[in-house]
Amino acid sequence: MSGFTLEQLSSRLGSHIESSSEFRGENTYFVAPEKISEVLTVLKEEFNFDYLVDLTAVDYLGIKSPRFEMVYYLHRFGEQYDENIRVRIKCSISEDKPAIDSVTSLWAGADWLEREVYDMFGIVFNGHPDLRRILMPEDYDEYPLRKDFDVRNREPSKRSFKKALSEGNF
Amino acid sequence: MERVEFIEEKSSDSNLRKESMILNMGPQHPSTHGVLRVVLYLDGEVVQEAVPYVGYLHRGIEKLCEDITYQQCLPYTDRMDYIASICNNIGFILSVEKLLGIEDEIPERAKVTEVILSELGRIESHLVGIGTNAMDLGAMSAFLFCFKERERVYDILEIVCGARLTTSYPRVGGLPAELPDNFEEAIRNFLKIFPKTLNEVDKLLTRNKIFIERTRGVATISAEEAINFGLTGPSLRGSGVPFDLRKSNPYLDYDQYDFEVPVATDGDAYSRFLCRFEEMRQSLKIIEQAIDRLPDGPFIADLPDIVLPEKQKVYTQMESLIRHFVIVYNGFNTPPGEIYHGVENPKGELGYYIVSDGTGKPYRIHVRGPSFVNMQALPLMAKGRLVADVIAAIGSIDIVLGEIDR
Amino acid sequence: MGLNAAPTAGGEGFLTTTVNSVANWGRKNSLWPMPFGTACCAIEMMGAMMSRFDLSRFGAEVARFSPRQADLMIVSGTITYKMASVCRNIYDQMPEPKWVIAMGSCTCGGGPFDSYAVVQGIDEFLPVDVYIGGCPPRPEALIDAVMKIQKKIDIEGAPIV
Repeated sequence: MSGFTLEQLSSRLGSHIESSSEFRGENTYFVAPEKISEVLTVLKEEFNFDYLVDLTAVDYLGIKSPRFEMVYYLHRFGEQYDENIRVRIKCSISEDKPAIDSVTSLWAGADWLEREVYDMFGIVFNGHPDLRRILMPEDYDEYPLRKDFDVRNREPSKRSFKKALSEGNF
Repeated sequence: MERVEFIEEKSSDSNLRKESMILNMGPQHPSTHGVLRVVLYLDGEVVQEAVPYVGYLHRGIEKLCEDITYQQCLPYTDRMDYIASICNNIGFILSVEKLLGIEDEIPERAKVTEVILSELGRIESHLVGIGTNAMDLGAMSAFLFCFKERERVYDILEIVCGARLTTSYPRVGGLPAELPDNFEEAIRNFLKIFPKTLNEVDKLLTRNKIFIERTRGVATISAEEAINFGLTGPSLRGSGVPFDLRKSNPYLDYDQYDFEVPVATDGDAYSRFLCRFEEMRQSLKIIEQAIDRLPDGPFIADLPDIVLPEKQKVYTQMESLIRHFVIVYNGFNTPPGEIYHGVENPKGELGYYIVSDGTGKPYRIHVRGPSFVNMQALPLMAKGRLVADVIAAIGSIDIVLGEIDR
Repeated sequence: MGLNAAPTAGGEGFLTTTVNSVANWGRKNSLWPMPFGTACCAIEMMGAMMSRFDLSRFGAEVARFSPRQADLMIVSGTITYKMASVCRNIYDQMPEPKWVIAMGSCTCGGGPFDSYAVVQGIDEFLPVDVYIGGCPPRPEALIDAVMKIQKKIDIEGAPIV
């Protein structure tokens, strides 16, 4: 499929898109969280967005409700690998039940990125093959990148360090 | 640190007892390039499964950046990919410039210098990548040659930035100061000397029987798998995908330079080595063109709200003193919005996702580290291979743990 | 130091000294470092061992990646709480006598990383002999630290075990 335009994309996705915006030449589409895997499947299968550039989350505590936003950033290679078409898909996630469908079945590279989001924000990915903490120790009990976590709060780390030391577990 | 455990498991089809061995490699191991830990499940010498564990160097850079101004974030970016810190710096500065929408106002002199420095960073990184990969496979002399040459790159960075490793160099809007007088001479000198060492390393490795035996056909990954895993940089181009952000999204006017994107087709460790090697030659070509065109003129944009005033004016003019104070203390205000900017780092695509709430401090920064994403391919590369091939695989992905863990 | 002084007695071929002096003389001139490199400083540590700076001029080039064969631990790079238990474990595995160099601001006091995951100075869980500041320190600073360790061995010595 050549000659891709963003109009094709927005007309195909149609009602799934809640809102869209453009800033500094980057297009962002907002979709409902339950539609996320459907939308991303269309983007990958029909529009050849083969490369998942980035996957992360943002915590808008006290600014927006629902609190979390998932961010997917996709790239389309084009036939000569010289196109620079990138779109950002976003959806919001509530604080009470922070969960969303995993996209690891679409892009294998989403595996660690989703684990990182789980580790840092506590967002659960349904259908992820191996959802464990990745950066923090496995018995760590906080979510560091949430806005209500103090950056200098070393107590949870110290707890898991002491536990590891006493158990000889490393 | 290695630890061996044996687990006994009953084979499903018969009553035979099958013994599988767990070999713990790391987090303190010379050939994991830092603090990577890989747990290998072995059947004899053959790796059944390799499970990487990361996070031993997680320092909370993303969280720390939420509390400081954009300019203060810059030193943290050095310490992510510390092997080519200048490339990280330039990537971050370009992202903030994109957020501010001032790309068109950056003077030509600053842009060309940034191209020279990022290509030097690429050379610097590939020297370590190739050197350590070779050393892990037993070729110590190549490593010595590479490090000797790396010191020369350090010398250039030192006269420009004042630091060898953690450069923290450009500023939003251009360069912090005029380039030193001997900059051009140092670059030209490097261009003269470096190809000789490159040829020496070439002779030591490219047709070295042992090196080829250890890397050819090892840790193979196909183009489809590489794209699926989101690999970038030499790891992707070694599998035959000619994707390079300098070509597809020519930031810093990379489209005005004449260079090729080296691609190898086999997707094995040797292909990735060949890609890195050729990239160094292409980088030299870019540096040569850049130093020829290095224009005179201002080194930083004339943007009073963003760029610090000249020191002389700070000492003599009240207005400049106040402006200096405000920019240092509060930072410069950015328009609310979110941007992602990716640059072609030596290891792959390094991207900064910045969310701004309109103040002088970033609301959220996420770093898409190339090593973090590339590392995911290790279990696939190691599966069914010998233990020794895991070392070749790790070396050929060329990871740096500061960027994986951040 | 006994051996450097002119022989006090005897003819050709022998001199007097104490067993401790000989042992310490040997120890200080053949330190075997265990490079516990985690981050940026590890690159400068490699630089110190490579051709330009050449740590082997001071007898300390035999980098041992097994703690059981080393007597000097160079902790270079940020130590996080996740890594700290590993660091302590490796220190415990080193045979006596042993010395520790804390290389870089991160190991000395957390450096720029005043965050939830980073140990604010490795002396929270390790005895440190020499601290090197800098982010990262230059290879010359590491060489200076190794020489300080040599001086320390010379002055204080260590019991023969």
